[in-house]
Amino acid sequence: MEPSAQLQTPNPINEAALLAGLRDGEDEAFEALVRTYGGRLLQVARRFVGAEEARDAVQEALLSAFKAIDRFDGKSKISTWLHRIVVNTCLMRLRRQKSRPEQSIEPLLPSYLEDGHRAGPGPDWESPERILRRTQTRELVHEAIDRLPENYRTVLLLRDIEGLSGAETGDKLGITTGAVKVRLHRARQALREILDPHLRKGTV
Amino acid sequence: MTCRELIDFLMSYLDGELPAKQQQSFEEHLAVCPECDSYVASYRTTVHLVRQVCSETDDGVPPEVPEDLVGAVLEARRAAS
Repeated sequence: MEPSAQLQTPNPINEAALLAGLRDGEDEAFEALVRTYGGRLLQVARRFVGAEEARDAVQEALLSAFKAIDRFDGKSKISTWLHRIVVNTCLMRLRRQKSRPEQSIEPLLPSYLEDGHRAGPGPDWESPERILRRTQTRELVHEAIDRLPENYRTVLLLRDIEGLSGAETGDKLGITTGAVKVRLHRARQALREILDPHLRKGTV
Repeated sequence: MTCRELIDFLMSYLDGELPAKQQQSFEEHLAVCPECDSYVASYRTTVHLVRQVCSETDDGVPPEVPEDLVGAVLEARRAAS
Protein backbone atom coordinates (compact mmCIF):
# COMPACT_ATOMS: atom_id res chain seq x y z
CA MET A 1 0.00 0.00 0.00
CA GLU A 2 1.29 3.45 -0.87
CA PRO A 3 1.57 5.97 1.97
CA SER A 4 -1.03 8.21 0.31
CA ALA A 5 -3.62 5.44 0.36
CA GLN A 6 -3.27 5.13 4.14
CA LEU A 7 -4.19 8.77 4.50
CA GLN A 8 -7.49 8.14 2.78
CA THR A 9 -8.83 6.17 5.72
CA PRO A 10 -11.12 8.63 7.54
CA ASN A 11 -10.28 7.32 11.02
CA PRO A 12 -7.84 7.49 12.57
CA ILE A 13 -6.12 10.20 10.60
CA ASN A 14 -2.55 11.17 11.24
CA GLU A 15 -2.94 14.94 11.31
CA ALA A 16 0.77 15.68 11.49
CA ALA A 17 1.50 13.57 8.41
CA LEU A 18 -1.42 15.07 6.56
CA LEU A 19 -0.32 18.58 7.43
CA ALA A 20 3.25 17.90 6.33
CA GLY A 21 1.96 16.53 3.02
CA LEU A 22 -0.27 19.55 2.49
CA ARG A 23 2.61 21.93 3.21
CA ASP A 24 4.72 20.08 0.66
CA GLY A 25 1.94 20.52 -1.90
CA GLU A 26 1.37 16.77 -2.32
CA ASP A 27 -1.62 15.83 -4.46
CA GLU A 28 -2.24 12.77 -2.31
CA ALA A 29 -2.42 14.83 0.87
CA PHE A 30 -4.94 17.21 -0.68
CA GLU A 31 -7.07 14.28 -1.83
CA ALA A 32 -6.90 12.81 1.67
CA LEU A 33 -8.00 16.15 3.09
CA VAL A 34 -11.03 16.24 0.77
CA ARG A 35 -11.98 12.64 1.50
CA THR A 36 -11.49 12.87 5.25
CA TYR A 37 -13.27 16.13 5.95
CA GLY A 38 -15.43 16.78 2.88
CA GLY A 39 -18.51 14.92 4.14
CA ARG A 40 -18.68 16.79 7.41
CA LEU A 41 -18.02 20.14 5.75
CA LEU A 42 -20.85 19.41 3.34
CA GLN A 43 -23.20 18.87 6.29
CA VAL A 44 -22.24 22.21 7.79
CA ALA A 45 -22.50 24.07 4.47
CA ARG A 46 -25.95 22.57 3.76
CA ARG A 47 -27.32 24.17 6.90
CA PHE A 48 -26.15 27.62 5.84
CA VAL A 49 -26.62 27.72 2.06
CA GLY A 50 -28.82 24.71 1.25
CA ALA A 51 -27.96 21.46 -0.50
CA GLU A 52 -27.59 22.91 -3.98
CA GLU A 53 -24.95 25.47 -3.15
CA ALA A 54 -23.24 23.49 -0.40
CA ARG A 55 -20.99 21.62 -2.83
CA ASP A 56 -19.65 24.82 -4.37
CA ALA A 57 -19.12 26.29 -0.91
CA VAL A 58 -17.16 23.22 0.22
CA GLN A 59 -15.06 23.29 -2.92
CA GLU A 60 -14.29 26.97 -2.43
CA ALA A 61 -13.50 26.41 1.27
CA LEU A 62 -11.15 23.49 0.61
CA LEU A 63 -9.27 25.39 -2.07
CA SER A 64 -8.84 28.44 0.13
CA ALA A 65 -7.76 26.21 3.03
CA PHE A 66 -5.12 24.64 0.81
CA LYS A 67 -3.85 28.05 -0.27
CA ALA A 68 -3.72 29.21 3.35
CA ILE A 69 -2.11 26.05 4.72
CA ASP A 70 1.12 27.87 5.60
CA ARG A 71 -0.84 30.21 7.84
CA PHE A 72 -2.44 27.33 9.77
CA ASP A 73 -0.54 27.25 13.06
CA GLY A 74 -1.56 23.72 14.03
CA LYS A 75 -2.82 24.85 17.44
CA SER A 76 -6.35 23.69 16.66
CA LYS A 77 -7.39 20.47 14.96
CA ILE A 78 -7.54 20.52 11.16
CA SER A 79 -11.27 19.74 11.40
CA THR A 80 -11.89 22.83 13.58
CA TRP A 81 -9.87 25.03 11.23
CA LEU A 82 -11.73 23.74 8.16
CA HIS A 83 -15.07 24.10 9.92
CA ARG A 84 -14.35 27.79 10.51
CA ILE A 85 -13.29 28.28 6.90
CA VAL A 86 -16.43 26.64 5.51
CA VAL A 87 -18.70 28.73 7.78
CA ASN A 88 -16.95 31.94 6.66
CA THR A 89 -17.15 30.85 3.01
CA CYS A 90 -20.90 30.24 3.36
CA LEU A 91 -21.42 33.64 5.00
CA MET A 92 -19.50 35.31 2.18
CA ARG A 93 -21.63 33.53 -0.41
CA LEU A 94 -24.82 34.58 1.38
CA ARG A 95 -23.60 38.21 1.42
CA ARG A 96 -22.93 38.07 -2.30
CA GLN A 97 -26.52 36.99 -2.96
CA LYS A 98 -28.03 39.82 -0.95
CA SER A 99 -30.00 41.12 -3.93
CA ARG A 100 -32.60 38.40 -3.29
CA PRO A 101 -35.80 39.67 -1.65
CA GLU A 102 -35.88 39.08 2.09
CA GLN A 103 -38.44 36.50 3.21
CA SER A 104 -40.77 37.52 6.02
CA ILE A 105 -40.77 35.50 9.23
CA GLU A 106 -44.16 36.88 10.34
CA PRO A 107 -46.25 33.94 9.05
CA LEU A 108 -44.11 31.61 11.21
CA LEU A 109 -44.51 33.56 14.46
CA PRO A 110 -47.20 32.87 17.09
CA SER A 111 -50.41 34.84 16.64
CA TYR A 112 -52.28 36.62 19.43
CA LEU A 113 -55.80 37.68 20.30
CA GLU A 114 -56.57 41.35 20.94
CA ASP A 115 -56.27 40.86 24.71
CA GLY A 116 -52.69 39.56 24.34
CA HIS A 117 -53.51 35.85 24.80
CA ARG A 118 -51.93 33.45 22.33
CA ALA A 119 -54.37 32.30 19.66
CA GLY A 120 -55.05 28.57 19.73
CA PRO A 121 -52.47 27.30 22.24
CA GLY A 122 -52.07 23.54 21.95
CA PRO A 123 -51.24 20.73 24.36
CA ASP A 124 -47.88 20.38 26.09
CA TRP A 125 -44.96 18.78 24.26
CA GLU A 126 -43.47 15.42 25.05
CA SER A 127 -40.25 15.45 27.07
CA PRO A 128 -37.03 16.17 25.14
CA GLU A 129 -35.75 12.68 26.03
CA ARG A 130 -38.77 11.02 24.47
CA ILE A 131 -38.65 13.28 21.41
CA LEU A 132 -34.96 12.50 20.88
CA ARG A 133 -35.58 8.75 21.10
CA ARG A 134 -37.72 8.98 17.98
CA THR A 135 -35.66 8.53 14.82
CA GLN A 136 -37.66 10.99 12.69
CA THR A 137 -36.76 13.82 15.08
CA ARG A 138 -33.42 14.52 13.40
CA GLU A 139 -34.97 14.96 9.99
CA LEU A 140 -37.81 17.00 11.42
CA VAL A 141 -35.45 19.43 13.13
CA HIS A 142 -33.20 19.81 10.07
CA GLU A 143 -36.22 20.45 7.85
CA ALA A 144 -37.58 23.00 10.30
CA ILE A 145 -34.25 24.88 10.32
CA ASP A 146 -34.23 24.86 6.50
CA ARG A 147 -37.68 26.48 6.46
CA LEU A 148 -36.50 29.58 8.35
CA PRO A 149 -35.90 32.70 6.27
CA GLU A 150 -32.19 33.01 5.61
CA ASN A 151 -31.54 36.08 7.79
CA TYR A 152 -33.00 34.30 10.77
CA ARG A 153 -31.56 30.87 10.02
CA THR A 154 -28.04 32.28 9.80
CA VAL A 155 -28.32 33.96 13.22
CA LEU A 156 -29.73 30.77 14.77
CA LEU A 157 -26.91 28.67 13.28
CA LEU A 158 -24.18 31.04 14.47
CA ARG A 159 -25.60 31.54 17.97
CA ASP A 160 -27.22 28.21 18.90
CA ILE A 161 -25.11 25.77 16.89
CA GLU A 162 -21.74 27.39 16.21
CA GLY A 163 -21.80 28.85 19.74
CA LEU A 164 -20.76 32.39 18.78
CA SER A 165 -21.63 35.25 21.14
CA GLY A 166 -24.14 37.92 20.16
CA ALA A 167 -21.31 40.39 19.50
CA GLU A 168 -19.33 37.91 17.36
CA THR A 169 -22.45 37.06 15.37
CA GLY A 170 -23.19 40.76 14.84
CA ASP A 171 -19.63 41.35 13.61
CA LYS A 172 -19.81 38.50 11.12
CA LEU A 173 -23.16 39.65 9.73
CA GLY A 174 -22.63 43.41 9.97
CA ILE A 175 -25.63 43.92 12.26
CA THR A 176 -26.00 45.19 15.84
CA THR A 177 -26.06 42.90 18.87
CA GLY A 178 -29.65 44.08 19.41
CA ALA A 179 -30.63 42.92 15.93
CA VAL A 180 -28.95 39.56 16.61
CA LYS A 181 -31.09 39.15 19.73
CA VAL A 182 -34.33 40.01 17.95
CA ARG A 183 -33.60 37.64 15.08
CA LEU A 184 -32.51 34.79 17.36
CA HIS A 185 -35.66 35.02 19.47
CA ARG A 186 -37.88 35.14 16.37
CA ALA A 187 -36.01 32.25 14.77
CA ARG A 188 -36.51 30.11 17.88
CA GLN A 189 -40.20 31.08 18.09
CA ALA A 190 -40.70 30.22 14.42
CA LEU A 191 -38.95 26.87 14.87
CA ARG A 192 -41.18 26.15 17.85
CA GLU A 193 -44.26 26.86 15.73
CA ILE A 194 -43.03 24.62 12.89
CA LEU A 195 -42.23 21.76 15.27
CA ASP A 196 -45.34 22.20 17.44
CA PRO A 197 -47.81 19.95 15.56
CA HIS A 198 -45.25 17.11 15.51
CA LEU A 199 -44.09 17.14 19.13
CA ARG A 200 -47.27 17.49 21.18
CA LYS A 201 -48.10 14.83 23.76
CA GLY A 202 -49.65 11.85 22.09
CA THR A 203 -48.05 12.51 18.68
CA VAL A 204 -44.57 11.27 19.57
CA MET B 1 -47.92 41.35 31.86
CA THR B 2 -49.87 39.75 28.99
CA CYS B 3 -49.02 36.40 27.39
CA ARG B 4 -47.72 38.28 24.36
CA GLU B 5 -45.39 40.40 26.48
CA LEU B 6 -44.19 37.33 28.35
CA ILE B 7 -43.27 35.63 25.09
CA ASP B 8 -41.56 38.81 23.84
CA PHE B 9 -39.43 38.90 26.99
CA LEU B 10 -38.79 35.16 27.14
CA MET B 11 -35.28 35.07 25.70
CA SER B 12 -34.11 37.95 27.90
CA TYR B 13 -35.62 36.14 30.88
CA LEU B 14 -33.81 32.90 30.07
CA ASP B 15 -30.56 34.84 29.58
CA GLY B 16 -31.06 36.48 33.00
CA GLU B 17 -31.20 39.91 31.42
CA LEU B 18 -34.58 41.17 32.62
CA PRO B 19 -34.60 44.01 35.17
CA ALA B 20 -35.71 42.79 38.63
CA LYS B 21 -39.19 44.32 38.40
CA GLN B 22 -39.93 42.81 34.99
CA GLN B 23 -38.55 39.48 36.10
CA GLN B 24 -40.95 39.49 39.01
CA SER B 25 -43.96 40.26 36.76
CA PHE B 26 -42.75 37.55 34.37
CA GLU B 27 -42.59 34.95 37.12
CA GLU B 28 -45.93 35.99 38.62
CA HIS B 29 -47.61 35.56 35.23
CA LEU B 30 -45.90 32.24 34.61
CA ALA B 31 -47.04 30.88 37.99
CA VAL B 32 -50.73 31.37 37.11
CA CYS B 33 -50.74 30.79 33.32
CA PRO B 34 -50.43 27.14 32.26
CA GLU B 35 -50.44 28.14 28.57
CA CYS B 36 -47.36 30.32 28.98
CA ASP B 37 -45.73 27.69 31.18
CA SER B 38 -46.27 25.20 28.38
CA TYR B 39 -44.90 27.69 25.80
CA VAL B 40 -41.75 28.31 27.84
CA ALA B 41 -41.15 24.55 28.17
CA SER B 42 -41.55 23.98 24.43
CA TYR B 43 -39.31 26.97 23.60
CA ARG B 44 -36.59 25.52 25.84
CA THR B 45 -37.06 22.11 24.21
CA THR B 46 -36.72 23.71 20.76
CA VAL B 47 -33.35 25.23 21.66
CA HIS B 48 -32.21 21.93 23.21
CA LEU B 49 -33.28 19.91 20.16
CA VAL B 50 -31.49 22.19 17.71
CA ARG B 51 -28.23 21.98 19.67
CA GLN B 52 -28.52 18.26 20.30
CA VAL B 53 -29.47 17.22 16.76
CA CYS B 54 -26.84 19.38 15.07
CA SER B 55 -24.04 18.38 17.44
CA GLU B 56 -24.93 14.69 16.97
CA THR B 57 -24.69 15.17 13.21
CA ASP B 58 -21.35 16.95 13.52
CA ASP B 59 -19.84 14.48 16.01
CA GLY B 60 -21.18 11.30 14.43
CA VAL B 61 -19.63 9.27 11.64
CA PRO B 62 -19.29 11.72 8.75
CA PRO B 63 -21.12 10.84 5.58
CA GLU B 64 -19.05 9.80 2.61
CA VAL B 65 -18.01 12.56 0.30
CA PRO B 66 -19.75 12.18 -3.05
CA GLU B 67 -17.16 10.93 -5.55
CA ASP B 68 -18.06 13.62 -8.09
CA LEU B 69 -17.39 16.31 -5.49
CA VAL B 70 -13.95 14.83 -4.78
CA GLY B 71 -13.29 14.85 -8.52
CA ALA B 72 -14.50 18.44 -8.91
CA VAL B 73 -12.37 19.72 -6.02
CA LEU B 74 -9.23 17.96 -7.25
CA GLU B 75 -9.85 19.24 -10.77
CA ALA B 76 -10.38 22.80 -9.53
CA ARG B 77 -7.12 22.63 -7.61
CA ARG B 78 -5.22 21.36 -10.65
CA ALA B 79 -6.74 24.14 -12.74
CA ALA B 80 -5.76 26.75 -10.16
CA SER B 81 -2.15 25.63 -9.78
